[in-house]
Amino acid sequence: MPDKTPTSNAIEVRNLDFYYGKFKGLKNVNLDIAENRVTAFIGPSGCGKSTLLRTLNRMYSLYPGQRAEGQINFYGQNILDKGQDLNLLRAQIGMVFQKPTPFPMSIYDNIAFGVRLYENLSRSDMDERVESALTKAAIWNEVKDKLGQSGLSLSGGQQQRLCIARTVAVKPKVILLDEPTSALDPISTAKVEELVSELKKEYTVAIVTHNMQQAARVSDFTAYMYLGELVEFGQTEQIFMKPAKQETEDYITGRFG
Amino acid sequence: MAVNMDQGLYRRRQITNYLGMATSMVAMALGLTVLLWILLVLFSNGFAALDWDMLTKDTPAPGTDGGGLRNAIVGSLMMVGLSVLVATPVGILAGIYLTEYGDRSKTAELTRFVTDIMLSAPSIVIGLFVYAIVVATLGRFSGYAGSMALALIAVPVVMRTTENMLRLVPGSLREAAFALGAPRWKVSLSVTLRAAKSGVITGLLLAIARISGETAPLLFTALNNQFFSTDMSRPMANLPVVIYQFAMSPYDNWIRLAWGGALLVTLAVLVLNILARVFFREKTSV
Repeated sequence: MPDKTPTSNAIEVRNLDFYYGKFKGLKNVNLDIAENRVTAFIGPSGCGKSTLLRTLNRMYSLYPGQRAEGQINFYGQNILDKGQDLNLLRAQIGMVFQKPTPFPMSIYDNIAFGVRLYENLSRSDMDERVESALTKAAIWNEVKDKLGQSGLSLSGGQQQRLCIARTVAVKPKVILLDEPTSALDPISTAKVEELVSELKKEYTVAIVTHNMQQAARVSDFTAYMYLGELVEFGQTEQIFMKPAKQETEDYITGRFG
Repeated sequence: MAVNMDQGLYRRRQITNYLGMATSMVAMALGLTVLLWILLVLFSNGFAALDWDMLTKDTPAPGTDGGGLRNAIVGSLMMVGLSVLVATPVGILAGIYLTEYGDRSKTAELTRFVTDIMLSAPSIVIGLFVYAIVVATLGRFSGYAGSMALALIAVPVVMRTTENMLRLVPGSLREAAFALGAPRWKVSLSVTLRAAKSGVITGLLLAIARISGETAPLLFTALNNQFFSTDMSRPMANLPVVIYQFAMSPYDNWIRLAWGGALLVTLAVLVLNILARVFFREKTSV
């Protein structure tokens, strides 16, 4: 159920422009991502929703030629400033991708990999951390007897939940989900969606989806984007029940897109 | 099927098809025949020469009977072993540089260009280079010089296969590791290289196969040694050069040993190639 009680903002995006070389992928985007809420980004393919998500953890910085201008304030700190420690930033703003990406190592090590980067835990503390992460990702019961097996041996849906567990294990503040269910079957999709509602108790969640029903089901806020612009942003209920703009309504009702 | 099919056109196409297939079959048969012929001659002569003495005795002096290849086998193993120890880290790290760090930069492009030249450089040139740099400077042939020449041949092979295998790793896997806050070196070593492991091992095995039969780079570097020696700072016996010298000698027992040595090298290369295939299949089945 959408949660309407106001909270403070985890991330504030101000006048954000994004360029792939000369092509402008985002045009003057402004929006707030509320703490402990789920914010969904919807819109047709190529509208910039994934691009926006990838600016939030500076993933784009891996690629020369991609750059962002404006401000993205993460708890008051502009992450677009020069001299940001991107590794540290990404440890605080986790990301789960469209296709499951288990590392070629055991299930246990898949979870421990990220934790070991920043924390020096004893064996028993690490065991606990792995268990709690897998429990939060609702996959513990399925894998607890085979933690030593390769992460690649799991099914697609399990792999995706493993990736969510891996992200949760490093205790980020924000979790970015980039179309996390588009490669999954309906049952796995339902499990991941359930999980998203559960995650917002502890984390701020931003999710990109091309599935409008999914946005309606899991999110508290929804942003509709088109051609690199943020067309409309508001509470999910309002966006889906009485959108302020004709374009939003056209997209949501399926007349366009 | 089209109703108004032109029967003439159809027949012509059929004939072209058969002709194409026939020519390629003939070409294949030619290639295969030559290869099988070589193997047949090698196996019949080689297995006839193979005996226990070949593995336990050293190369005979001119005019003496019997003898074996023990010193050459040990020398070859030591030199190939040392060169692999040197070439593996250098080749793999350089391959990592090319994909994960350099990518499209000028330095990386230049490295790739030079590597391609090194890959196709005649191995005798490498031998001469090491001769000029090491042997001529120190004033003597040595196992170390031989290893260095072999390593110079192996490095570009390892480097390019490592690069190609790392390129096959999907970018999403790298991004996933970066997304957890992992620094680049950690992503490269723990995730990307690990994902490409079997392909990289395949490349290593093929590099070993390549250098274990090389003769030219050893002629001017390790030279040869009639006696058993594990001192790598001295000239060292090795199979390829022994085969080269013995095969052209007038002595029957030398020629017999040359066949035996050729068989040993071929079998070693065969085993390495089979191992490489097994490793690569493992990769694709994951």
